[in-house]
Amino acid sequence: MRFVVRRLSMFLFTLWAAMTLNFFIPRFMPGNPLQALEARTRAKLSPAALESILSSFGYKPNAGLVPQYFTYLKDMVTGQWGQSIGLSLGQPVRDIVFQSLPWTLGLIGLTTVIAFLLGNVAGIVAGWRRGGTLDSWLPSTLVVTANLPYYWIGMLLILVFATTLNWLPADFNYDPSILPGFSPGFIGSVAQHAVLPAFTLLITSIGGWILTMRNNMITTVAEDYVRMARAKGLSDRKIMFNYAARNAMLPNISGFAMSLGFVLSGSVLVEYVFNYPGLGYQLLNAVDNNDYPLMQVLFMLYTVSVLVALLAADFFMAWLDPRAREKG
Amino acid sequence: MKFASLVKNRKALIGLILFGITVLVALFPGLFASSQPNVIGTYAPKLGFSTAHLLGTTSYGQDIYTQLVFGARQVLVIALAAGAFATVLSVLIGITAAYMGGLVDEFLSLITNVVLILPTFPLMIILARYAGTSNWVMIIVLVATGWSYGANQMRAQALSLRNRDFLEAARVRGERRAYIILFEMMPTMTSLIVANFLGSALYSVLAASGLQFIGLGNTSQDSWGTMLYWANSAEALQSGVAMWIIAPGLAIAVLSAAFALMNYAFDEIGNPALRPVRRKDLRKARKAAAQSALDEEKGAADVYADAA
Repeated sequence: MRFVVRRLSMFLFTLWAAMTLNFFIPRFMPGNPLQALEARTRAKLSPAALESILSSFGYKPNAGLVPQYFTYLKDMVTGQWGQSIGLSLGQPVRDIVFQSLPWTLGLIGLTTVIAFLLGNVAGIVAGWRRGGTLDSWLPSTLVVTANLPYYWIGMLLILVFATTLNWLPADFNYDPSILPGFSPGFIGSVAQHAVLPAFTLLITSIGGWILTMRNNMITTVAEDYVRMARAKGLSDRKIMFNYAARNAMLPNISGFAMSLGFVLSGSVLVEYVFNYPGLGYQLLNAVDNNDYPLMQVLFMLYTVSVLVALLAADFFMAWLDPRAREKG
Repeated sequence: MKFASLVKNRKALIGLILFGITVLVALFPGLFASSQPNVIGTYAPKLGFSTAHLLGTTSYGQDIYTQLVFGARQVLVIALAAGAFATVLSVLIGITAAYMGGLVDEFLSLITNVVLILPTFPLMIILARYAGTSNWVMIIVLVATGWSYGANQMRAQALSLRNRDFLEAARVRGERRAYIILFEMMPTMTSLIVANFLGSALYSVLAASGLQFIGLGNTSQDSWGTMLYWANSAEALQSGVAMWIIAPGLAIAVLSAAFALMNYAFDEIGNPALRPVRRKDLRKARKAAAQSALDEEKGAADVYADAA
């Protein structure tokens, strides 16, 4: 019980801290939505007119910071997210979020899961066949690929497969000439547009999984229960997956949860390079245009997703491993 | 942790060499290229490779190779400074939390965990967007978002040391708390601290270049991320100056590979189980095993003689 209370209070505190930071940072810094709007309309409208437009969408620069802060907290929690005061002026933030969310979840969420699965299998094999050809060159290569600037890999893929070979599209989420719907043409177009960004993420994220899994396997293979399994005369495959890999996976679970939590926010640059209209792309729009309402909601969603993922991983681990329960 | 063991490890050696080259270029860019990396229209735009322009020129008529050489310094300074400050902060917070325990520990751990969970890159974007574009802002942003992971590691390591005899001895001698932390605890944690520094420097290279790439750095200063920003906004890929994108990205990749390789090598040195198994060693081990089996037949006395 104490475990649950502790985790939940941590959850609430972090959420509050993130929301507070995100309220005060933009407001204490130079630049405001009015100036951004002025720049966008190229000063064709008077500042007074612009201000009345913004205030009709809920922007109140003259109200005190403290009351603003409390209404902000209340609105965030109750889901009254307001309207955008940036690029898509007047559009409800909720609509923007729900339009972009599926694209990010689909592209980056799916890629994260695939990278985790492939990476772990490769790591299990590499760690099991210690000293084999795979194991001797793999780690050095992966250390390098896991730390490549991933947006650059994206641009290289565009250069090769889009600009030069012309095999795949370089930006957007689907061909706008096709009507969205459950038609094979539309689904094909979505898949086609997802290939390059997905590979960009796979190339850079799979290395980390393989390396940690390999290293965990190496430590686990030396344990007594693996020797015991060998002594019992079990088949190699059974020892590898049911004895060694099962235990070697444990430390990876919280890492996987963390990366699932970062699905929403972690790949801003991939969406930027491929002009993929997901949540990360919206964040850059919001920041560029001082779109406080959109920025606030996005930041809250990013934080909540990490927190929920971690919380889930904590409870899952506690259920899986009694030692984790003890620590509290 | 000896220097010799660093040089013996192949990954560490490659990392060290790549890092050394970058440092050399960053210190003396004048040796490698003529100045004026940034002036628009110095040369004809979009020239191909030639001896005069090793990597061609940009759409604005700047020499790509010269820009690359002069861009090394800024990235390196940001990486080293942010890495160093972040490490100092992690060490201070981590060790203080572990050593003081109680409420102080609760409080510091809470802050560490909150910062760890915050979505870092979006926070960086927001901070960098609103705080300006000087190098110092960049460094502060990187330190503010990058110290927490290390602090957790330091705390864990320091906790495992807390009840060791040599610390008890120092306390009994009547040493001050600051002395014990600085001169008794920290030296035993050197390898973790160095690994931490390499990790944060690596993180800073990638994050700073990423921020510069989306135009949140100082766009008038030479650096690899800023080169990518200008190249991307001039649609370099579509207009046939691909080298403008390939070259700076490769430079970032090389520098981060240098930090990553050194960092990983540190892990291997600290944990011998992870080291690569050399064919030569395997053969030697097999031969030794076969030999000792033979020896056993001959008699135990010979084995002892062999070992000696």
